[in-house]
Amino acid sequence: MIMSGRMKLVLNLISIGLVALFVFLADRYFNAYLVRVANTAAIYVVAAVSYNLINGTTGQLSLGPNGFMAIGGYTTALLVLPVVQKEMVWFLEPLVWPFNTFSFPQHLFVLAVIIGGILAAIGGFIIGYPTLRLKGDYLAIATFGLGEIIFVLSNNLIPLTNGALGIKSIPEYSNLWWTWGWAVFTVIVIKNITNSSFGRAMEAVRENEVAAEAMGIDVFKTKLLAFMISAFFAGVSGGLLATLITTVSPTLFSFFMTFNLLIIIVLGGLGSITGATVTAVLFTILQELLRAVESPINIGPIHLPGISGMRMVIFAFMLIMLMLFFRRGLFGQWEFSWDWLYSKLKRKEVAQWQAPLNE
Amino acid sequence: MAGSPERVILDVQNVTMAFGGLIAVRDFSLQISCGQLVGLIGPNGAGKTTIFNIITGQYSPTQGRVFFDGKDITGLKPYAVTKAGIARTFQNIRLFDSMTVLENVLVAYHVRLKSSFWSALFALPGYTKEERAMREKGLELLERVELAHLAHEPAGSLPYGQQRRLEIARALATQPKLLLLDEPAAGMNPEETAQLADFILQIRDDFDLTIFLIEHDMSLVMKICEEIRVLDYGTTIAHGTPAEIQQNPKVIEAYLGEAENYA
Ligand SMILES: Nc1ncnc2c1ncn2[C@@H]1O[C@H](COP(=O)(O)OP(=O)(O)O)[C@@H](O)[C@H]1O
Ligand SMILES: [Mg+2]
Repeated sequence: MIMSGRMKLVLNLISIGLVALFVFLADRYFNAYLVRVANTAAIYVVAAVSYNLINGTTGQLSLGPNGFMAIGGYTTALLVLPVVQKEMVWFLEPLVWPFNTFSFPQHLFVLAVIIGGILAAIGGFIIGYPTLRLKGDYLAIATFGLGEIIFVLSNNLIPLTNGALGIKSIPEYSNLWWTWGWAVFTVIVIKNITNSSFGRAMEAVRENEVAAEAMGIDVFKTKLLAFMISAFFAGVSGGLLATLITTVSPTLFSFFMTFNLLIIIVLGGLGSITGATVTAVLFTILQELLRAVESPINIGPIHLPGISGMRMVIFAFMLIMLMLFFRRGLFGQWEFSWDWLYSKLKRKEVAQWQAPLNE
Repeated sequence: MAGSPERVILDVQNVTMAFGGLIAVRDFSLQISCGQLVGLIGPNGAGKTTIFNIITGQYSPTQGRVFFDGKDITGLKPYAVTKAGIARTFQNIRLFDSMTVLENVLVAYHVRLKSSFWSALFALPGYTKEERAMREKGLELLERVELAHLAHEPAGSLPYGQQRRLEIARALATQPKLLLLDEPAAGMNPEETAQLADFILQIRDDFDLTIFLIEHDMSLVMKICEEIRVLDYGTTIAHGTPAEIQQNPKVIEAYLGEAENYA
């Protein structure tokens, strides 16, 4: 029933090849709108799969990904925005040194994104270090606070963030290759971790902290590790988003972002990478389809004005329903694996062969 | 045997544990030599589990010190105590329910992991090799405790007796020198208890263990323990060989009398 490691490696490479083929075709034949949707989907995959590591796999409720995305988004924006642009954006107060003196050329874009991720991970360390030692929901409170603090800071630290106006004309370095490349990388890395001894330690912490500690797991360190990895990729997704939509502003990284990610991972099944990946894509598409409900609708003589924010109401309602009736989500803790697919196909084959014999 | 000057592996010195006004353990001392099998008995609430929690670092004692293998381990975190070589089971089973039987054991190997986090992150050959070795070792261990056929079942789905056995296997996987068992026979019928007694004696030999166990079931304690310590209201009221304990009037009054009624 179990396949050889080499076979799996080949299958994995083929899958990556298929993603590359999709990106290649999308790059050629999708219109600008569809490209935008496909990019957004990949960015949601990065954010959701990594968010799932702390919330689902490790079982620690964090409400902070919007804060970490903000750190990554602003950092990347500050690093790649050309100096001339910077002078135009910060016209009231000058941009703080050293950012006003340099900008990364396009070939260093990936480095800017990684630096954004690293700063987000450092932010994770600063929040996690005092709170993850405590038992109880301190992490949720502290991370919620982080999002709010970053919102206030990005509004007021004008020399760094340009305040409520945000940063505009960021070079559009994100493209399908980068976003889907990061999505694939994130899934592989998070899957490697989850399948490793470190991932088992995280799950053990979720299942029973007292037992985990008695089995030699440093619970605090394990939580901090999961939290920092999660923050790193949140920062990366923020950087990708900033260079996709070419602007960052305080409202872009509001709590709604975390809220969306929460829906994605709960709907996918807390702890399932497969679930987070699939639902991140579905969610992005659904969000586009539901745009209709926010525009004015005429049903015969009845005229409904467009209510912006209506989608959030629908998603909030969905989340409540999920929590009440469908807590395991679409995938539960199930994970796709080649062995699973193989045994499925094998069984079908056997069934086909046996059917005539049973008659 | 009791009198021979063997190497002391666990040395608990004048430990007191107060929870607010309640003194759960009072001036408790104990020495266990390498390879010994020592029992701790006493009525409910006597402070037995509290002593385990102090030894394993879950509680930091109000007073007194704990030495293990010559090192002062008082106040160490539980994971550090485990790393030093003490493993335990819990009175109320605490498995990782939704993880498989094998994964439960593998978690316990984490403390001895050699590969770095980065090599796991990128699934480098060094890590995958160690992972494979861990899995093989885990299956071997499950084989020895007769749980190998359930390796891929969720631990929470096992019947009670096998959950207890898995908890012991998981503790063994941390490669301890000293094993603490908190009421391992709780909820077992006499037949299962007899099997458990053999199992405990066998793992002591197979894994070169020193064992300290809490138990209510007198048949088990009297059968396998070389030395017994009786606790009542947080204080030791007697210690000695099983035969000595059975004849001790203080013990009979405090504990054995009532225990025999339902044993
Ligand atoms: N964490 C704690 N906080 C307060 N009281 C405790 C705590 N742990 C144990 N106790 C108390 O200490 C006493 C001894 O408990 P325990 O060691 O569990 O007894 P035993 O295992 O002998 O049945 C009991 O009165 C119990 O309520
Ligand atoms: Mg107890």
